[in-house]
Amino acid sequence: MIDFAALRKEFPILDQEVHGKPLVYLDNAATTQKPQAVIDAIVHYYGRINSNVHRGVHTLSQRATDAFEATRGKLQRLVNAEFEHEIIYTTGTTGSINLVAHGFRSLLSPGDEVVVSQLEHHSNLVPWQMLAQHTGATLRYIPILADGSLDLDEAQRLINPKTKLLAFNHISNALGTVNPVVKLTEWAHAVGACVVVDGAQGLPHRPVDVQAMGVDFYAGSAHKMYGPTGTGMLYGRTEWLEKLPPYQGGGEMISTVTMAQSTYAGLPFKFEAGTPNIEAVVGWGAALDWMNAIGMDSLMAHESDLMTYGTERLTAIDGLVLFGTAPEKSAVLSFGFADLHPYDLGTLLDQQGIAVRTGQHCAQPIMDYYNIPGTVRASFAAYSSREDVDRLADGVERALRMLR
Amino acid sequence: MSTLETLKAREAEVVDEFEFFDEWMDRYEHIIAQGKSLPAADAAIKTDDNLIRGCQSKVWITAEKRDGLVYFTADSDAIITRGLVALLLRVCNGLEPEVLAKADFEFLTAIGLTEHLSPTRANGLQSMMKQMRLYGVAFQAVN
Repeated sequence: MIDFAALRKEFPILDQEVHGKPLVYLDNAATTQKPQAVIDAIVHYYGRINSNVHRGVHTLSQRATDAFEATRGKLQRLVNAEFEHEIIYTTGTTGSINLVAHGFRSLLSPGDEVVVSQLEHHSNLVPWQMLAQHTGATLRYIPILADGSLDLDEAQRLINPKTKLLAFNHISNALGTVNPVVKLTEWAHAVGACVVVDGAQGLPHRPVDVQAMGVDFYAGSAHKMYGPTGTGMLYGRTEWLEKLPPYQGGGEMISTVTMAQSTYAGLPFKFEAGTPNIEAVVGWGAALDWMNAIGMDSLMAHESDLMTYGTERLTAIDGLVLFGTAPEKSAVLSFGFADLHPYDLGTLLDQQGIAVRTGQHCAQPIMDYYNIPGTVRASFAAYSSREDVDRLADGVERALRMLR
Repeated sequence: MSTLETLKAREAEVVDEFEFFDEWMDRYEHIIAQGKSLPAADAAIKTDDNLIRGCQSKVWITAEKRDGLVYFTADSDAIITRGLVALLLRVCNGLEPEVLAKADFEFLTAIGLTEHLSPTRANGLQSMMKQMRLYGVAFQAVN
């Protein structure tokens, strides 16, 4: 049994007051806090190891390379990739998706179709709009249903032989909907389309097995899973990674360079131009160890308890509307009131030391669907507790007394 | 008496009001009360032209000049923002364009509001003040 209350003490940032009240941090879908083990790993990296990777013959460079590459192996095991070279380090989920979208510029032509969903974060939407604009391909949207799940009947109709690429998120950042990755992937593969999954919210909250899911690309960010900001990964199936041209040119990604031309390095280095965010990758390795020690099963059980309790406490509040009520949801409670602006609620919650996200959550098409200016979003992580939920519900009640 | 003295007197009045509250929650309650008492503006002013950029909530401001003085009509879709709008209107309505164009809105700093607000809200407030000063400048020009 994992003692989740004790685990909270590993996060120094949580031990502070905001506006004179003990901090309740419920903005985990935006970024999670970092345990001491991750902070220590970064300090240790700069204190003892720092050197550039993959270059020098000297000892520090070798140590830095080992620490840097160790994380790749951990990520391979995390998502069950067939090969380690299928894990590409990027700047984050956004960077990963842009890498794929840029690569597809040479693979699409007018008449081809790209299917995305209305449930997407802008980072899994705008790159495809840019790709469509560049290639003349047509962008099609899988609509959402009232409960915030994807309209699968419509999805099945939209995916057709002209579809070259299907992109969607594993878990919605705005509503918490968990999408049927396997089913969607099967439909896309049946017409020969490539499948790109935004796993920014998937990796922290669900087991991921890219081979069992069958996806071609899966993107994630370290900072949403207790690791540092500014680094992330792209899993890509070997055949696709070989098909895509390099994204950025520079050092590290080449094999030979002459004045006339260059030949590119093999995978994964072909996509890793320049000195990477070594410190963050090393810190991410510590975060993965930390998550492993808890185990995804324990984490899911803990978060599921918070979701049940949170749903119960919030829906008991007069007039509260929960957005996103799909049967399978993860770690996100998005809500609002017909007569109140989410910004007012967020401000008064902040005054009570409660950190939530307000607004459109970088997912404007969802807010357009519900015809609302935004929601208040509380999102959970390993260190979240029932007391946090109580503080949130009480805080909302107090804000309502002031605003109504 | 120039409307500059009117402006200074009104600002002092608001500062006095806020000094009465020790807790920020109480100050917010006061701001919300101001927001609730601001008459709802006619839907006709809620156009894109009158929309202030840089706010998470929507704010519309328009102004007219009567008898040489500037009068604002404004509204917002969020109550706290409405309260801030109401405070600005209380202080600035009926000023001469020259006075308005140079208004420093020092009272907002004096009550600790500019320091306390979140960066997005503070940016929004800056945009509102800038827009109101611009009306002062514009109405000076059409004299």
